[in-house]
Amino acid sequence: MSNWKEICQVTDIPVLGSRCVKRPQGTDVAVFRNAQDEVFALLDRCPHKGGPLSQGIVFGSSVACPLHNWTIGLDSGCAHAPDTGCVQRFSVMVEGDAVHLDLDELASVAVGEVA
Amino acid sequence: MDMRVEPKVKMKLVMIGNGMAGVRTLEELLKIAPDLYDITVFGAEPHPNYNRILLSPVLAGEQTIDEIVLNSWDWYTDHGITLHAGKKVVAVDRARRLVRALDADNKVTEVPYDRLLMATGSKPFILPVPGKDLEGVIAYRDIADTNAMIDAATKYKNAVVIGGGLLGLEAANGLMRRGMNVSVVHVMPTLMERQLDNVAGKMLQKSLEDRGLKFLIGAQTQELVASDDGRVKSIKFKDGTSAAADLVVMAVGIRPNTELAEAMRLHCNKGIVVTDTLQTVTDARIYSVGECAAHRGIAYGLVAPLFEQAKVAANHLAQYGIGRYVGSLTSTKLKVTGIDLFSAGDFLGGDGTEELVLSDPYAGVYKKLVIKDDKLVGACLYGDTVDGSWYFKLLRNGRSIADIRDKLMFGESNIGDAGVEGHNKAASMADSDEVCGCNGVTKGTICKAIKEKGLFTLDEVRKHTKASASCGSCTGLVEQLLMFTAGGDYSATPKMKAMCACTEHGHQAVRDAIVANKLLSIAQVFNFMEWKTPNGCASCRPAINYYLISSWPKEAKDDPQSRFINERSHANIQKDGTYSVIPRMWGGETTASELRRIADAVDKYKIPTVKVTGGQRIDLLGVKKEDLVSVWKDIGMPSGHAYAKALRTVKTCVGSEWCRMGTQDSTQMGKDLERAMWRMYAPHKVKFAVSGCPRNCAEAGIKDVGIIGVDSGWEMHIGGNGGIKTEVAQFFTKLKTAQEVLEYTGAFMQLYREEGWYLERTVHYLNRVGMDYVKKKILEDAENRQALWAKLQFSLDGEPDPWFEHSRAEVDLRQFDKLAVPA
Repeated sequence: MSNWKEICQVTDIPVLGSRCVKRPQGTDVAVFRNAQDEVFALLDRCPHKGGPLSQGIVFGSSVACPLHNWTIGLDSGCAHAPDTGCVQRFSVMVEGDAVHLDLDELASVAVGEVA
Repeated sequence: MDMRVEPKVKMKLVMIGNGMAGVRTLEELLKIAPDLYDITVFGAEPHPNYNRILLSPVLAGEQTIDEIVLNSWDWYTDHGITLHAGKKVVAVDRARRLVRALDADNKVTEVPYDRLLMATGSKPFILPVPGKDLEGVIAYRDIADTNAMIDAATKYKNAVVIGGGLLGLEAANGLMRRGMNVSVVHVMPTLMERQLDNVAGKMLQKSLEDRGLKFLIGAQTQELVASDDGRVKSIKFKDGTSAAADLVVMAVGIRPNTELAEAMRLHCNKGIVVTDTLQTVTDARIYSVGECAAHRGIAYGLVAPLFEQAKVAANHLAQYGIGRYVGSLTSTKLKVTGIDLFSAGDFLGGDGTEELVLSDPYAGVYKKLVIKDDKLVGACLYGDTVDGSWYFKLLRNGRSIADIRDKLMFGESNIGDAGVEGHNKAASMADSDEVCGCNGVTKGTICKAIKEKGLFTLDEVRKHTKASASCGSCTGLVEQLLMFTAGGDYSATPKMKAMCACTEHGHQAVRDAIVANKLLSIAQVFNFMEWKTPNGCASCRPAINYYLISSWPKEAKDDPQSRFINERSHANIQKDGTYSVIPRMWGGETTASELRRIADAVDKYKIPTVKVTGGQRIDLLGVKKEDLVSVWKDIGMPSGHAYAKALRTVKTCVGSEWCRMGTQDSTQMGKDLERAMWRMYAPHKVKFAVSGCPRNCAEAGIKDVGIIGVDSGWEMHIGGNGGIKTEVAQFFTKLKTAQEVLEYTGAFMQLYREEGWYLERTVHYLNRVGMDYVKKKILEDAENRQALWAKLQFSLDGEPDPWFEHSRAEVDLRQFDKLAVPA
């Protein structure tokens, strides 16, 4: 069972941009919007050196980390070759124009985070 | 309900030939259109695709056959490619679009095609002399030839190589290394006459003789004589002399293999004639790449041009149709370990050219540079080839060498000119030495990747090793490693590098299109220039955004999402995701009330670090993003643009107002310059300095523009850089008044803004266009200078301060607020 909660409208996120979502604990979640108005959510931490992915440049369905330019796939959370490593994805449901995240998922400890 | 969709019937692509150019085309095609074709490959050799260039090291015993395989059998299987190795294509029916092949047992294989790729390569030329078919007489072309030579070296003593060109000498060296007694027969007066001039050719001969090779220069082969068992025994020359030979290797050149193409009635003239899209002129369904193809009258025999062809052919096969191949410049290097030799371009010179020559026969060094119209057009190096890739780059870029002519011969390291374009000494580095300091990549790692993964271009090395993928200061070094590793002809690349993988176009082409066609948005550029990706990437978007707003000020709209986070949030991102804020202090001067406001902000927002920067300013480090807007407001000082590709600091000394040595009021000059040009976006960061006297306490000699006060006025220096590699600014002109300093500085800045490529510092812009050019535009043309200065002032007029005029500066304030999860 999912515990969906409305977070914002799609239009609250800039096209080819992102917003940060505060979690009850731990690192923020970054929600991204691409040119087709698809919304993705990733833990806001690059698998390389922890850069805030929310601050990167978004293109296609990827984001370039602002610290060292690793490219992370928004749909997979994984770095593009030759880099390796993944960041945790979060479930997103868009209903009409409303973006929902799963409260339970947000509240649980993310992969790679210390509780 | 069954929701499966029947797969669309794929088109059929058949490739004839399984060599380097053809398989590279398939690799490029699979990268961009993996599902478009069912692919079938016919290869006459019973091997998967291997690196033919490395047959010489295999012959010399430095590498094994297994080590030079580029694509294993598994690669074909993994990509669903049907490989018919060891089957020779004997006919193609163009009307029915059928390829027919025979195997060793004369069994027929027939395959239909929608697109056909002819990559049949070339054939060694065999001298039409009696005895050419004897056992023990071979060419030097493939694995079978190489194995035959290795085998002969274990059984026989005397070898004769006919042909003193690149391939012949490599064969001779390999056979000698395997213990044979080797003579080289060469009909021309000097060796490698197509790559070397007389002097270098003679030096090469001497050095090879010292190693034990014998040469029969000017000898013309008349006949190969058989022994009783039918194997070659000796070689007879026209002058009546002869030499013992248990093995004869013919390396007198290659001919495009067009036999099949001619039978198919494809137009052939020095190769299968193809267009810029690598389609045959006879039949648009049929493509041809590699040594068998003739493009604009040239059939290339080096790998790098062939790979450029492969890329274009793949692009067209994938139905993008935007790539064009326009020919290549090539360079040569001999793959004989211990002999350094390099040549490129028009190394012979002749009418209308000048030659610079350095000859030191005792040290075994010879260098010749050929110059035409102040440009390097050819190079021939022997004994010291460290600068080969640098000369080749100058040749390809076609940049003026007028300003470095006197130092050109002594190489890149003596020119104070390397900087972001690279260092040298690649050859002398140890494997454990670090090449890329940003990503910690050693020479060994890079060379290993080049060899094992069969890398041929800078982009590939970046992708596989990360070397040169960050700050780029090691780019030149990596290019050299490419050239020296495995002694390949790896360095030829298109004359103009593409901006990034999203396009075929270079920076200049993109900017030209923006200016000429009045493109005003990134979308228009993508559309007009047929971008390959929907939103570009983090590399091209910021560049295009800059070109738009610098070409069409007040008309083109800035796109914040195409800016790096520093410029999007107007502060510097730091390693932990916090930001740093540097307020502007005009000319480095401040006041008690400014210092008080800064101190109060540090306390209020608990800013952990306060630091004075190298550019005379105060840096507040560790500011949270959500505090940025309030910090700006509380400090109440203008943005220092310390995060931007824009004017950063104007460093000053105290000048004549306080200093007992000062001749001019440098502080006031610095403040005036900074006020006139702050908010000025540029291709890269820009720094000025003004010193009040020649003691130069403001270090104006390493700034983009350095002004030095002298008794009679001001000296202006340009193109300095204190960064990646220290570059001393060059003297530009002497000026009388402060007003002139503003005008000349502004004009130079505007020229750089209009012509510099994104992320190109002034020193590299100057290197590219030449100091004389800039002098012509600014010193010798007063009207143009004033126009440039006026254009800069127009661009900057009314530009908002992003720290205070958020909406006018397109600052999206939403980025500073986090979204909360409702309870």
